[in-house]
Amino acid sequence: MSNSAFVFSDQLLNYKFNASHPFNPLRLEMTIDLLKEIKAVNEASFIMPDKADDHLLSLFHDETYIDAVKKASQGLLSKEAAEPFGLGTEDTPIFEGMHEASAMIASATVKAADLVASGSYQHAINLGGGLHHGFRNKASGFCIYNDIAIAIKYLQEKHHMKVLYIDTDAHHGDGVQWGFYDDPSVSTFSIHETGRYLFPGTGYVHERGAGSGHGFTFNLPVDAFTEDDSWLNVFEKATKEITEFFKPDIIFSQHGVDSHYYDPLTHLNLTMNSYHKIPKIIHQLSHDYCNGKWIAVGGGGYDIWRVVPRAWSLVWLEMIEQDLPKEELPQSFIDKWSKRANVKIPKTWSDPDGIYPAIPRKQEITDVNEQTLQKLIHAIQLRTKFL
Amino acid sequence: MLAKEIMTTEVITIHHSTTVKEARVLMNEKRIRHMPVLDEQKNVVGVFTEHDVFQAFDSNDDELYIMNKPVSLFMTTDVISAHPEEFVEDLASIFYESRIGMVPIIERGKLIGIITRSDLLYTLIQLTGAHQPSSIIQVKVENKSGKLAELAAIISQHNVNITSVLVYPGQYDHTKSLLFRVQTMNPGQIVLDMIDKGYEVLWPKVERNLFTNE
Repeated sequence: MSNSAFVFSDQLLNYKFNASHPFNPLRLEMTIDLLKEIKAVNEASFIMPDKADDHLLSLFHDETYIDAVKKASQGLLSKEAAEPFGLGTEDTPIFEGMHEASAMIASATVKAADLVASGSYQHAINLGGGLHHGFRNKASGFCIYNDIAIAIKYLQEKHHMKVLYIDTDAHHGDGVQWGFYDDPSVSTFSIHETGRYLFPGTGYVHERGAGSGHGFTFNLPVDAFTEDDSWLNVFEKATKEITEFFKPDIIFSQHGVDSHYYDPLTHLNLTMNSYHKIPKIIHQLSHDYCNGKWIAVGGGGYDIWRVVPRAWSLVWLEMIEQDLPKEELPQSFIDKWSKRANVKIPKTWSDPDGIYPAIPRKQEITDVNEQTLQKLIHAIQLRTKFL
Repeated sequence: MLAKEIMTTEVITIHHSTTVKEARVLMNEKRIRHMPVLDEQKNVVGVFTEHDVFQAFDSNDDELYIMNKPVSLFMTTDVISAHPEEFVEDLASIFYESRIGMVPIIERGKLIGIITRSDLLYTLIQLTGAHQPSSIIQVKVENKSGKLAELAAIISQHNVNITSVLVYPGQYDHTKSLLFRVQTMNPGQIVLDMIDKGYEVLWPKVERNLFTNE
């Protein structure tokens, strides 16, 4: 038995809205290619998701919504009927087979969750998953079915686990947060660019949960133009405090990689430095608190050529504790994709210094982020003190 | 937006003979700070507030004595009320100018609801559209007619829903700043189209040719 499962099937590449949509499965295809090139995965090592199952979807989604997606999938949903479900918009346009493609992603994430929860594997990954904006009855922000929320529901119902969800996407993980807002057995933590400037506009530090779930929701909005040092500093401290407070049975991490400076949709200034360290921090916590139980999914990331393949590969390499063979990317990979890319494919796993001009407000941004971190930590301390 | 659309209709009220003690217990239990005070015919004869409680206790050293007195002795009788058809923005000015925390809404002499500062704040949140997933686009425009329509048309061409629009005065009289909240995660192409039509987009900054067409 190997200790980490890579859940993948070509069917996960069917989640494609259209050629000009930023959420392009080419991101996943390139990552698989890069991992194959460095011999970190091979066809035989892939674990296939099960056939998609409507019952799983309804663990989180409304039946009426699932029905609407199914109809849209066959071209049978009118524009008017689609609108209340967030379908047929520029973000989540209707495409043929959208139900099957989205259900397959959910199935793959549930597979990853099940493999870890049942003890077959210590860690598991589904890089095709991570659709954290999906709501119970509405598509939003490129996400149709929320595979994460579905898999967390599955973990609760089948394995009765306390789940800590860590979301490092540049956008607030709103769909997952609102899905478990009043649930004390799930703790959600999202670090993201502040909603003041970026979609979806929520994820403030004062959003802490409701009812009996109050105190189990965490948000760390960072200022626009935040760089590696400040981001990593607040992320590491917050995750440690939250994990220590919540003592989860299992850690579920979302690896949106759109906080990179190159990302066209966001305004943060992370580099590959952060993407080397994020998986390490989460991996370590899973061993410190959950006997290594760790499920990882992908997420956002819209610089397909330069960022996503490298950053996602690093999550898997950390999972299997494999060091980079060398600092250079395989030449065959660079050659193959350079023909198609509209930017230069990077030559190395790290970014060279100075990919962006110095940030004049650096100190101010660092201070603001530190203050936000203190608010988050203070809230935990108050709670532990009076319980 | 009208007062009746945002008012709270399940109102906790007290009779003017209610003792200060009873009123205080009720305010504590229900976690409220203001209560309309009614007479037998259900007419509003006053408002009893947290502030009135403080004043009552300040008026006499004998707390027990005060506790057993009716609220009618301490309530605010000069009540500022409003009609359900009044505009919320007018009410906001009343709250601001009169420095009050709650307005009873009265129709044909009868209390039908109340509006508090929190209700107003929530309305403001709704007006700004911040309660729905959205991105922000901020555009500087000349202060002349047709600009808002032109920009809205660009957004509509992208089949993107607008959650809210705020118009801010510009730094100088001849400009205005328009802030759109739009229901999309990817406002990039909309912004590029606005720039192509000659608009100065203050946020977000978008680079061309970063998107793949595969």
